Amino acid sequence: MLSGGEMLCRALHDEGVEYIYGYPGGSVLHIYDALHQQTKIKHILVRHEQAATHMADAYARASGKAGVVLVTSGPGATNAITGIATAYMDSIPMVVITGQVMSHLIGGDAFQETDMVGISRPVVKHNMIVRDPKDIPGIIKKAFYIAESGRPGPVVVDIPKDMTMPNVKFPYEYPERVKMRSYNPVKKGHSGQIRKAVNMLMQARKPVIYTGGGVILGRASKELTKLAKTLNFPVTNTLMGLGGFPGTDEQFLGMLGMHGSYEANMAMHNCDVILAIGARLDDRVTNNTAKFCPDAKLIHIDIDPASISKNIQADLPIVGPVKAVLTEMLEQIDNSSLHVDDAALDRWWSQIAEWRTRHGGRYRTDDSKLMKPQFVIETLSKVTQGNAYVCSDVGQHQMFAAQYYKFNKPNRWINSGGLGTMGFGLPAAMGVQLNYPDADVVCVTGEGSIQMNIQELSTCRQYGLPVKILCLNNGYLGMVRQWQDMNYESRYSHSYMDSLPDFAKLAEAYGHVGIVVDRAEDLESKLKEALAIRDKAVFIDVRIDPEEHVYPMQVPNGAMCDMFLSKTERT
Amino acid sequence: MRHILSVLMENESGALARLVGLFAQRGYNIDSLNVAPTDDVTLSRLTLVTRGDDQIIEQITKQLNKLVEVVKVVDLTEGTHVERGLMMVKVRAAGAQREEVKRTSDIFRAQIIDVTPTTYTIMVTGDEEKLAAFLESLSGTTIMEVARTGVSGVARGEKVLSL
Repeated sequence: MLSGGEMLCRALHDEGVEYIYGYPGGSVLHIYDALHQQTKIKHILVRHEQAATHMADAYARASGKAGVVLVTSGPGATNAITGIATAYMDSIPMVVITGQVMSHLIGGDAFQETDMVGISRPVVKHNMIVRDPKDIPGIIKKAFYIAESGRPGPVVVDIPKDMTMPNVKFPYEYPERVKMRSYNPVKKGHSGQIRKAVNMLMQARKPVIYTGGGVILGRASKELTKLAKTLNFPVTNTLMGLGGFPGTDEQFLGMLGMHGSYEANMAMHNCDVILAIGARLDDRVTNNTAKFCPDAKLIHIDIDPASISKNIQADLPIVGPVKAVLTEMLEQIDNSSLHVDDAALDRWWSQIAEWRTRHGGRYRTDDSKLMKPQFVIETLSKVTQGNAYVCSDVGQHQMFAAQYYKFNKPNRWINSGGLGTMGFGLPAAMGVQLNYPDADVVCVTGEGSIQMNIQELSTCRQYGLPVKILCLNNGYLGMVRQWQDMNYESRYSHSYMDSLPDFAKLAEAYGHVGIVVDRAEDLESKLKEALAIRDKAVFIDVRIDPEEHVYPMQVPNGAMCDMFLSKTERT
Repeated sequence: MRHILSVLMENESGALARLVGLFAQRGYNIDSLNVAPTDDVTLSRLTLVTRGDDQIIEQITKQLNKLVEVVKVVDLTEGTHVERGLMMVKVRAAGAQREEVKRTSDIFRAQIIDVTPTTYTIMVTGDEEKLAAFLESLSGTTIMEVARTGVSGVARGEKVLSL
């Protein structure tokens, strides 16, 4: 016989959860007491609830399993909202347990009461409130099932305090499976549609495989790589899809979209068949949808039918998990009498080679007294050999990391793509490091983003997490400044940040190591030195050129191929 | 284009809020909405009138299907169907008006369900056009109050929306 709080802990353990991230408070005290009396579930105490959600989220991004958060009602719950929305936008599985005031107080504006089910509704895959303690095991099982199956997403479980009373006990049984008549995610793609897709691919003369986060979430990078190799088609990844295809492979065109590579955007605009896999053709990819890839037929594979034909009408939709669809597609290609048009593909590859030579990921190094952010990321990529977990914050540094770090493995690039949440990077890196203690985990950040969750340096110390914080410090909110340069005649309205702390000293104050790098020639050795430290976090404060912009950048409202290539050139 | 969507969903608290929230969040419009449990009390049937081009209706249908509590969605306007709404109209009914209102109600097969010396409450059922026509025909009368249920409907013939 277990109390509600004990059942919750047991259910989490039965679900295979090792760590939960949270912060105690009035409504969850019974649960925290139950936690204290067991040893299986380990709780990580953050300094702000937002960080708990990002830690759980990053664990999910790295492992594929749902991260778990526990926060109290009212401000605890509302502080978690940004992290829940972050996970929702990127389809990350997460189970967020929020305390609620006693059932009989609900609706009466009680102390620390908020309608969490109502507040979270637009940013969750699903949410539930517990109305009977006996339901706790079933609800937790359902929460994990919904969070992890189909198109994943965060699920909030709101638990009123009286549901977890320590002295009211119930028999416990954890259900083995969930059956819901109203929720049955699709398990495989339609074979007939896949056959049609194979026919279209075989006839393509200028094809592009365009893949997104769905390949990472769907664990299909092996199948994707095999498909691309079998067909000899070029591959481009979205911001969320990086690592789905090896970043150093010849067939990789780089990222596409607003800050995509020249060759990726040119190839997209000029292609005749797009194979979109687990990508949602969002506005940061398509630019003006009316001018999007004028000659292309679109084959769109996605587990979520609502993502298909939402922004761009698909010529051939395939609903299903990408892994299953790609596996069947590969089988059909094997058994097909059709062949790809090698001659046409050769011409297509020469065209791509020409684009690569014209503008292949170069940046300006002329007046190089000041360190270039691109150089910093290139050096990081070199010293970690593309194998580090790179947890990014949001801004210019994020785009530089996406462009210049060569991800060779999936689940290593961890960033807030959809919501663009500043403050994501540090807690994300901590969440990954905790679960992968031997891995190199680097938080790529800026002096703006890092200060949005810098209090977590304390959590980092408490749990001995040796994350490396690589701060591209230019003294400006770089991406805001870039837009102000380009669209507001360089009127830097509130994008300059005065009174920055001495980050190295700050890190030391928290018990970590602080390193300042202001000369390019020191960077590589300092990075190696930092990466060699395995028992402490290291803050590497890199002073970079404040004038630098992220290029290429698509021209607003243009086609995919309309890009600014530098401050003085455009296509 | 006007569409009538019929939705079968779990009769659980919060399900309706989730559905209505979806329309608000994504900027879809709701002309009318009608919801009640079915013969199976664990299921609610919701009928919703909305407007949009084919692409918007396709998105609405897909987004509705994504809601965890939604069991099935059909667009009744895709096929032949019958639709009815119920309306109650309270009018000023005094003097010569009294007889005229009664006659109009009879023509529309409306029923007068409450009578006072100065008022009538008339109940009329029909599709939206008929209800609009009835209101139009009362234009010479003082309408005190109107209450409408919104549209409910089913497909014609063998086609059903059930589990």
